[in-house]
Amino acid sequence: MIGQPDAPALSGSTVPRSRWRWTASRREAAWGWAFISPWIVGFVLFTAIPMAMALYFSLTDFDLRRPNEVQFIGLANYEQILRDPNVAQSMSITLRFAVLTVPPTIALSVGLAMLLNSPRLTGRRAFRTLFYMPTQIPLVASTLIWIGVLNEETGWVNGLLTLVGIQGPDWLNDPGWVLPSLGIVGLWGIGAMMLIALAGLQGIPSELYDAAKVDGAGAWTTLRRITLPLLTPVLFYSLLISCVGVSQYFIQAYVLTNGQPDASTLFYNVNLYREAFSFNQLGYASALAWVLFLIVLALAMLLFWSSSRWVYYAGERR
Amino acid sequence: MTAIPRTAPRVVAGAPLQRSLRSFTGRAAIFLVAAALLSAFLMPLAYMVMTSLKDQAQVADPAAPLYPASPRTFEYEGEALQIYAVPIDGVVRELAIVQKGRESSVMVDPANPAAGTFTWEGRWRTLTPAYTFDPKVENFELAWNQIEFPKLLRNTAIISLISTIGAVGSAVLVAYGFSRFRFRGRGTLFLVLLSTIMLSAQVTLVPTYILFTRIGWTGTWLPLIVPHFFANAYNVFLLRQYFMTIPTDLDEAAMIDGASPFRILWSVVAPQAIPAIVAVTLFHFFFAWNEFLMSLVYVGGNPDLWPLSLGMQKFAALYVTRPPLVQASAILAIIVPVVVFFLSQRAFMRGVVMTGVEK
Repeated sequence: MIGQPDAPALSGSTVPRSRWRWTASRREAAWGWAFISPWIVGFVLFTAIPMAMALYFSLTDFDLRRPNEVQFIGLANYEQILRDPNVAQSMSITLRFAVLTVPPTIALSVGLAMLLNSPRLTGRRAFRTLFYMPTQIPLVASTLIWIGVLNEETGWVNGLLTLVGIQGPDWLNDPGWVLPSLGIVGLWGIGAMMLIALAGLQGIPSELYDAAKVDGAGAWTTLRRITLPLLTPVLFYSLLISCVGVSQYFIQAYVLTNGQPDASTLFYNVNLYREAFSFNQLGYASALAWVLFLIVLALAMLLFWSSSRWVYYAGERR
Repeated sequence: MTAIPRTAPRVVAGAPLQRSLRSFTGRAAIFLVAAALLSAFLMPLAYMVMTSLKDQAQVADPAAPLYPASPRTFEYEGEALQIYAVPIDGVVRELAIVQKGRESSVMVDPANPAAGTFTWEGRWRTLTPAYTFDPKVENFELAWNQIEFPKLLRNTAIISLISTIGAVGSAVLVAYGFSRFRFRGRGTLFLVLLSTIMLSAQVTLVPTYILFTRIGWTGTWLPLIVPHFFANAYNVFLLRQYFMTIPTDLDEAAMIDGASPFRILWSVVAPQAIPAIVAVTLFHFFFAWNEFLMSLVYVGGNPDLWPLSLGMQKFAALYVTRPPLVQASAILAIIVPVVVFFLSQRAFMRGVVMTGVEK
């Protein structure tokens, strides 16, 4: 659509050949490439080359303490992953955490969005802002706040529980409670999902609700037959970003518990970070990183594949 | 057709007063539910503020009130005596204990010390101490000096501002390229761009670390700043979606007038995309301000280069047994993002919705 009469910046850099001419579409393409070139350069430098390097390192015994004696060891790192009890432990923790926290988090964010979408709620804008606000608190700060709130002796959560006669657990130091605790801490970040769900709810045509009312549908039927099906794109997006989020989960675990107690918060990335930067096993850590990448890729593909079965896009042909 | 007469009477049922009363109670109930949820949600912030103003002794004392306070004392014959709320004959009086005993204690009335001491029968351990509101602002002073707050703030501000300029500028250029020019492979490249959103930083962490070590960038801010000058997928996606909604008529008019693509971007497209550009700027600013992992890896060894997030974490690890100091430092760390958020919340939250819904 942009055909310049002359493109001085580019015409100088190309070697004129016989029968090759600057057509409008070529000029347009050249400008397009020029504009996206920052991303291309960045992608090659900071994503493509590092990933290829990681793949290569994963086949070596690269140790940061002796970077000049790197030996090619084939698939030994990958075999080691299969046998390493820390890897099995970290995968099982990460998976348990995903199962334990993703569904309630999505359900709560959608529920909250429904509450805040109610036309009968006074001060909707203020509520929305305040529920969203904690997402903008730096993660390190919010984890430190929660360390205090969840303290067994002096935290307010146990203080409130004592008021109703319940002896609260030692949230962050009890191996049985630490994952739910991290899940609770994670609830502070539901703001973004809630806003997206809210926008999704506002996008549902009100004629559908009017029609349902005329047909005598109750609140439950309306929710099941209209709201939830039309919200499936939002649910899909939330599920995808939640899964990606769990696969990248690191800061909270590192700051709050650093793998403790009894390795019950040794998340995949905590283990990876340790192998790389505490034990200097960069070759092994690269193999761990590639395994994580393949798992996330497979998961994303599975989600996209399954989405055609349960996600409803308005205007899509079935 | 038959449905309308059936439902119509129900809508007008009840006197107007009754109806408005019912709608009022409904509104009040919903408001109370939302307010209760919000209080639970923001309770940790109240904890943070209250704890940051307490002294260590109060935090450890389960009988102490939730607000920052210190036990009231009374000076009697050169000694500071603690004051307790003592029920005597059904009246609660605030009395100072001169001598504590198991079954009975010697007391004095601070309001009337001239009356002398008297003995109270009962266990003083069952009494609640009297407190007076007493915020300890010193915690902030101590945290401010200990974490060298001005230095951390300066470091964080420099890193965030430079990387935000780079991130927004590059994302605008790339989004413009993806939205306004046709070229072969554009669709595929855009998909590749989107898929990098799903790539976790950990996968490229080790090789980029080796790369930056080889070129001597570890121990400097360069690894925290330079990569952001090459357009991030989230930002490009958001801007590109927004650019697509801007009609091309004005672009074409400007083109006919001989404006270059840069000129068109600067004078025609960008001014119409201000909301999206503001949203991306805010996103990246918050992201950079809160960043932790890369700082830990690249400047973790050099306290002079620490940003706030790192300085706080180290400080908290050092003072893990002193919640008031940790919470005071948390307040120092969140104050800038929270203020910026409240000032910009409308533009900001519109941006969140833009990324999520138009996918």
